[in-house]
Amino acid sequence: MRYYDRLIFELSKKGRTGYSLQAPQVKAECTIPSGLLRAEAPALPEVSEVDVVRHYTNLSQMNFGVDTGFYPLGSCTMKYNPKINEEMANLAGFQGIHPLQDASTVKGVKEVYDVLDSYLATITGMKHFTFKPCAGAHGELTGLMIMRSYHMSRGDMARTKVIVPDSAHGTNPASASVCGLEIVVVKSNANGLVDVEDLKPLLGPDIAGIMMTNPNTCGLFEKDIKEIADLVHECGGLLYYDGANMNPLLGAVRPGEMGFDIMHLNLHKTFSTPHGGGGPGSGPVGVCEKLVPFLGQNVSGFNGNFGVIVRALAYVLMLGKQNLRLAGRLATLNANYIKESLRDAYKLPIGSVCKHEFVFDGLIDDGSATGKPGATTLDVAKRLLDFGYHAPTIYFPLLFHQALMIEPTETESKETLDAFIDVMHTIAAEAAQDPEILHAAPHCAPITRPDETTAARNPILKYQDEA
Amino acid sequence: MSTVKEGLLYSESHEWVKVDGPFAYVGISDFAQEEMGDITYVDLPDLENVVKGEEFGALESVKASSDLYAPVTGIIAERNTDLEDQPEALNEDPYGSWILRVHITNPAELDELMDAAAYEAYLAK
Amino acid sequence: MTKFAYFPHTEEDIQVMLERIGVKSMDDLYCDVPAEFFHTEEYDLPDAMSEQQVREYFDSLVAKNPKLKVFVGAGAYDHYTPSVIPYLTSRSEFITAYTPYQCEISQGTLRYIFEYQSMICALTGMDVSNASMYDGPTAAAEAMRMCLACTRKKSTVLLSKSLLPTVSGVVETYAKFYGTKLQYIDTVDGMTSLESLKSLLESGEVAGAIVPSISRYGVIEDLSGFADALHAAGAILVEYCDPSALAVLKTPSEWGADVAVGDGQSLGIPLCYGGPYVGFMAVKKEHMRKMPGRIVGETKDGQGRRAFVLTLQAREQHIRREKATSNICSNESLMALWVTIYLSVMGPQGMKEVNEQSYAGAHYLYDELLKTGKFEKVFDAPFLKEFVLRPLVDVKALQTKLYEAGFFAALETEEGYVSFCVTEKRTKAEIDALVAAVKEA
Repeated sequence: MRYYDRLIFELSKKGRTGYSLQAPQVKAECTIPSGLLRAEAPALPEVSEVDVVRHYTNLSQMNFGVDTGFYPLGSCTMKYNPKINEEMANLAGFQGIHPLQDASTVKGVKEVYDVLDSYLATITGMKHFTFKPCAGAHGELTGLMIMRSYHMSRGDMARTKVIVPDSAHGTNPASASVCGLEIVVVKSNANGLVDVEDLKPLLGPDIAGIMMTNPNTCGLFEKDIKEIADLVHECGGLLYYDGANMNPLLGAVRPGEMGFDIMHLNLHKTFSTPHGGGGPGSGPVGVCEKLVPFLGQNVSGFNGNFGVIVRALAYVLMLGKQNLRLAGRLATLNANYIKESLRDAYKLPIGSVCKHEFVFDGLIDDGSATGKPGATTLDVAKRLLDFGYHAPTIYFPLLFHQALMIEPTETESKETLDAFIDVMHTIAAEAAQDPEILHAAPHCAPITRPDETTAARNPILKYQDEA
Repeated sequence: MSTVKEGLLYSESHEWVKVDGPFAYVGISDFAQEEMGDITYVDLPDLENVVKGEEFGALESVKASSDLYAPVTGIIAERNTDLEDQPEALNEDPYGSWILRVHITNPAELDELMDAAAYEAYLAK
Repeated sequence: MTKFAYFPHTEEDIQVMLERIGVKSMDDLYCDVPAEFFHTEEYDLPDAMSEQQVREYFDSLVAKNPKLKVFVGAGAYDHYTPSVIPYLTSRSEFITAYTPYQCEISQGTLRYIFEYQSMICALTGMDVSNASMYDGPTAAAEAMRMCLACTRKKSTVLLSKSLLPTVSGVVETYAKFYGTKLQYIDTVDGMTSLESLKSLLESGEVAGAIVPSISRYGVIEDLSGFADALHAAGAILVEYCDPSALAVLKTPSEWGADVAVGDGQSLGIPLCYGGPYVGFMAVKKEHMRKMPGRIVGETKDGQGRRAFVLTLQAREQHIRREKATSNICSNESLMALWVTIYLSVMGPQGMKEVNEQSYAGAHYLYDELLKTGKFEKVFDAPFLKEFVLRPLVDVKALQTKLYEAGFFAALETEEGYVSFCVTEKRTKAEIDALVAAVKEA
């Protein structure tokens, strides 16, 4: 990767164009009153096609993706994105279909939804899915709307609170808030699991339900899930499953059987659709039978992200039952292998078997014995970039001050993991001897650490803002 | 090590109070600014009153956000609008940078705050 | 164990790895899962397919949808997509990247988002754009919540009855659960009524109003006086816009709007049965910190070089949790890139031509359809590329005939009008063929 410093606006030259439209087909005098027209043309760049191609190719080369290298980003499930999926989603026959076309003219499209719905139901133990949510957080919101609609339909209006573990993804409490629910936090115990004793007194007639992810954000299976489900159901609440961590359960455990009533899946995690630098994703929501009448929440303009849904279906078809059974197991194998290989150099707060991911709490020897400030988790993350790896998730979950969360996924080979383990050991050794090397990292990325404080204090948020 | 200034009163949520006749100046302690890191924005909503223990605004840093809780009840007499452009003043001189000037309506509440020695002991815990 | 393209593990690898971990089998790694929940058998699903089988399967699905020429808009517009866009956006470095948390190795994503924000600001005239939202309707719903955040203690948001039903429907969903009271501004002559707005403002409870730049009847709205009336009542104006049309129409900024939202789909994103699209939101600077979503800002790296970072993150869910401005996490980044490349190749001149050609085609079709005698005028007001007519024939029968002739046209509105749209992609021959099919119907 090399530094490239242009913005498309800086390539602009008046009178240059990069488009090719057909000649005007019919002539018409514009009769729109000038009071309805803008005063000046928008300040868009004027560039040729080759300018555009080179510019964005150069930009792409400052980016790291799954196709570039290993991406052990915890809770993000950065598995390989198969290329057949891309080709199927981009079929011209799908691309030209208008979302409001009559059902009689989109039978093939409907089949994509119906088939994926039935497959996801089989995989998760849910009855049916809605595909309208465009992302995981959007799915959470939709699922909570379903939860509230169910209670309201029974005249049970007092259920306005939702329980969220302290280890939950930040989107959980935020989604609850957007859904008009009050958040009640349940604590984790020393083993990183939901504390059942802390949960009990929170349950009552004001509880709409609980949001959980299982395995949780520490990568640990909530083994008391049955007791939790029974307690929540007894109090009249529902269980929401945050599917962000579904990958290790692929082929092994169905959320519906654990007592969850509502769940979302991140097709861009478990079902291999690309993250696209932060979207488009897809967050279909599945429900148990009694909640099917509440599935139709109108949360997006049309039919969800159809292009993403096609990719997910292609993935399930490619894997089939044989490989789906293996996917979660291999992801779990990879995570445990890294964990056991690195616990000599990184603090492992919870040593038990993990699922798809696990959390270290910083370095065992951060180098502070040298008299210099010790190397932090941020420093380890930045140093990894120098070695050609994406960094793990850092400072999450909030239970640990130096959290370093690693999720390898099933698509990485033993050789890739071994090389990563070696580098993590090298970094630990560097930290112990001279933490300064880590403080100054990355040394080999297109840029060094930027000044984020100035960016926030004096925001420059568009090209025209530059002095 | 963060400093604790003598002569001020402190709350458990790390706001300081300087009593000036019927008024109280409110700011954040050195400990609080250290915990926050570089403060990038001071959010001071358009409130008329503050109630002890309730939020009256928030501080933002690059990677964190922290709510401000009123150490006393009263009517807001003045907001330090200089902080909108210079949030770094809270980092550089936490005891010289007040956020609010409040007309105290319940002076008895002052007795519930800690003096410097008590706050120091509180921080040491 | 079967061999599979996406799983690189050999049988030997697995054994060595299990030994390092200290367990006998992969199933032992699930020892903490209660036995009643753990499955060792395969799902009741089909066998793995080969790539060729998958391809044939999807080809068969595509074949089940007749290929239609699209003459409908209603929130999704069939504009031409230049080849460079799918080509460049398919680059692995863009498409297989995550959200740009590690800025040092995400400068590509961060730069194009900065460019995207700049272009959205150029189109809308607003000060600050976020990095994108899911789609236009969800952006409008987020704008509804912003109205409340920007104006404390008020509980009502106004929606124009001229908003597309896909937009108002989503706003209504969010409002119902968030506890926001919605009221509706009437329309007159296919446009939002200023008088109706003013009378609704008298309650003193209004936080803001969401009004389109083009009504759902295709009429270009005249928003003179809207911003003043709202501001005088301590409320804000949110304008829902078609960004393609903003290249020529009066901007939200020129109308005095506080927030501009809409769907970026009209900027060259294929119809694709409704998604992925991209919502946009841009605001006046004073509302910047109430805005949901990611924002990219410019700064310098340790060596003084220009660098880009996610900024103003203290608004967001991963820091503020339940107090965040929104639950939105990722945006529609790749589609923001799509739009950015589209606007780059089109430039100001291309955008002008797209609108001119769409305008000309739509007005030609409008005249020709009236000549068939099967429709009547509904509104006598300026329109750009979309319009409605009152049908004098049975709509269902007309639509069926048009489907059979290879057209998607004459979408029925809730009032029983039929809606048409023409983009620069439609040739005169196609328009003439549609008119001929209408005559025969």
